Amino acid sequence: MNDFRIPLGDVVKEFTSFLLTNVAWLFDTLRGFFSSFYDLIELALAGPPFWVVGLVLVAIAFAAKGWKLALGTALGVTLVVGLGQWDASMESLALVVVAASIAIAVSVPLGIWAARSSTVSVVLRPILDFMQTMPAFVYLIPAILLFRVGIVPGIVATIVFAMAPGARLTELGIRGVDKEVVEAGFAFGASPSRVLRQIQLPLAMPTILAGINQIIMLSLSMVVIAGMVGAGGLGSEVVSALQRVDVGKGFEAGLAVVLLAIYLDRVTGSLGTRKGGVVSSVVALLRPGRGPVSV
Amino acid sequence: MNAVRQELSHVSDDVILKSTQLYKIFGKNEAATVEKLRRGENDLPPDTTAAVIDASFEVHRGEIFVVMGLSGSGKSTLIRMLNGLLEPTSGSVEVLGTDITAISPKQLRQVRKDHISMVFQHFALLPHRSVIDNVAYGLEIQGMPAAARLERASEVTKLVGLAGWEQHLPGELSGGMRQRVGLARALAADTDILLMDEAFSALDPLIRREMQEQLLELQSTLGKTIIFITHDLNEAMFLGDRIAVMRDGRIVQTGTPEDILTDPANDYVAQFVQDVDRSRVLTASSVMEAVSAVSPLSAGLRGALRVMRDRQASTVLVTDRRGMLLGGIRDRDAVSGVRRGDRDLQALLDTDLHTVSPDDLLTDMLEASIESPYPLAVVDPGGRLLGMLPRVTLLAALGNIDTTTGPTPVVDTSTISLDVISQTLDAMPAAEQVTR
Repeated sequence: MNDFRIPLGDVVKEFTSFLLTNVAWLFDTLRGFFSSFYDLIELALAGPPFWVVGLVLVAIAFAAKGWKLALGTALGVTLVVGLGQWDASMESLALVVVAASIAIAVSVPLGIWAARSSTVSVVLRPILDFMQTMPAFVYLIPAILLFRVGIVPGIVATIVFAMAPGARLTELGIRGVDKEVVEAGFAFGASPSRVLRQIQLPLAMPTILAGINQIIMLSLSMVVIAGMVGAGGLGSEVVSALQRVDVGKGFEAGLAVVLLAIYLDRVTGSLGTRKGGVVSSVVALLRPGRGPVSV
Repeated sequence: MNAVRQELSHVSDDVILKSTQLYKIFGKNEAATVEKLRRGENDLPPDTTAAVIDASFEVHRGEIFVVMGLSGSGKSTLIRMLNGLLEPTSGSVEVLGTDITAISPKQLRQVRKDHISMVFQHFALLPHRSVIDNVAYGLEIQGMPAAARLERASEVTKLVGLAGWEQHLPGELSGGMRQRVGLARALAADTDILLMDEAFSALDPLIRREMQEQLLELQSTLGKTIIFITHDLNEAMFLGDRIAVMRDGRIVQTGTPEDILTDPANDYVAQFVQDVDRSRVLTASSVMEAVSAVSPLSAGLRGALRVMRDRQASTVLVTDRRGMLLGGIRDRDAVSGVRRGDRDLQALLDTDLHTVSPDDLLTDMLEASIESPYPLAVVDPGGRLLGMLPRVTLLAALGNIDTTTGPTPVVDTSTISLDVISQTLDAMPAAEQVTR
């Protein structure tokens, strides 16, 4: 009985070290890309004085949902600054922006592909299940090995963990588009890519946006965990508070996470329901690094 | 409406779409199933569905060809093979001579752009685009520049009666208006063929009738070829120049509405047509009888009376030598005329008879038939007498009573008994054949 042991762990270990010795260049490149992407966003968010970024956040809230959310945002910004969590919050926000935008850029096309091919859908489904249900900590271990300690393993683990709902909801949304309307596109001689662009994506957009909202929320939930591998931000604050059993500091950092979560959820959640420029808001959101600061 | 119908009868002989032995099987071993069906074996495994079996037909330019069947009869599958939305398991579809089952996807798209557009049961409008942009959709795909296509689209939008609604979204329109947009989108694409898949089935009955009439009107001015799918036999009869009745994937009968009504191919079709409003389908020519009680003007009054006696009729239609209808005379007038010693028929002739043309619908002649003591005279546009429609025949046709099994009495209820006519003729044998 005790002799029976499947050496899966050894296999994974060996595979990881195989990757490290043979394709290290790939991970170095990725690492370079992720960290410079992060630096850029972080510079944009934490570089200017807090009131500049704060005003931009309030303006986005106003544009997305109106004065109530704008007022709430202003109060939230004041609170976070008052708690001394502003810089850590901006680092975390930068991590969320980088991880979520990459996760969206990967998962939405995957979802589109799955919607068009049942084979892809069948293969993809268990993989997505695996990615979403595997405890998030577990991703950190190979991520540290492959990308070394710092912000990058945090970003990578976040991307892997947060991707699944984006792909799933994109597929669901496209498959849910009225079959007759799609047929109408083909019946008038439109090409498949045109039907996708002009009919399937616009009509699936509310569902896709719900997926994007989920990606962002899951990314944020990874922030604290990413703090354990030295990703900085609010995660580091929470982790250090935990190590020192500092209830007060832990609560302050936790509250900042909650405020950030509410803000991101309300702003991205309103994208799907807003009339008109749905597509353009998504385009703005998808454009790496310019989403939250450019409006 | 009659005028519209008459214009529709000018269907050209040129075949615009031809379906040859079309099969569509869903499930496993599709090709093997086709072979099996070809051999005449109809027991298919439970996981295999034969949606369309051996469908062959030709559609002529300018025709409204209706495919009629209950749900599950394969008609929706059939129409989707005609523009390649579904690929047939076997068989071919020729659109203007091109076999669309044998061309590349790109060529197929070109055929759709140029030759076939479609109207859908649930409208299938793009909900995020305005009415005018929906109407212009086909043109947009054809690559027409924005200004030109919007101009064309607004013309067609007016044509279907939606002027003023151009900038609204489909969601703000009623069902009937949405389908007008669907129709306008198909018309704007300016293709030769229009496929209409249960296009009016989702509309309520009053709107449906209105749309049907509008379609006939548009068709008569634009001369499109329309392939119309429906489960509603009255709709099929009202719209169709020809109807294909489908059952369990097979076309069981193809013919004009009158063929199908008067000569159903089997019990299924016969049962189906039982409930049809026959008065709106049957035309004078399909139910008229040969004129038995007819007399040339030259035969004179006695000649006419003799015809009445021989044919046991109470009225006689009178023609000239070339068979042109001149009028009619009743037994009462003829008898008293003969008793007075008149010979000339002309003076006693009723000349304002109700006449109908061969293409008139029965529904339009009921009133005339009730008012007139004469059988309705069916005359061609030149005035030649083609046949007649006694009231009994009209009623028998409407009630779907089989008139072929035995002689239906041709006469109206006699107003003067035959004995009287005979006595009159015998009592006054004078001066016969004077006017001959």
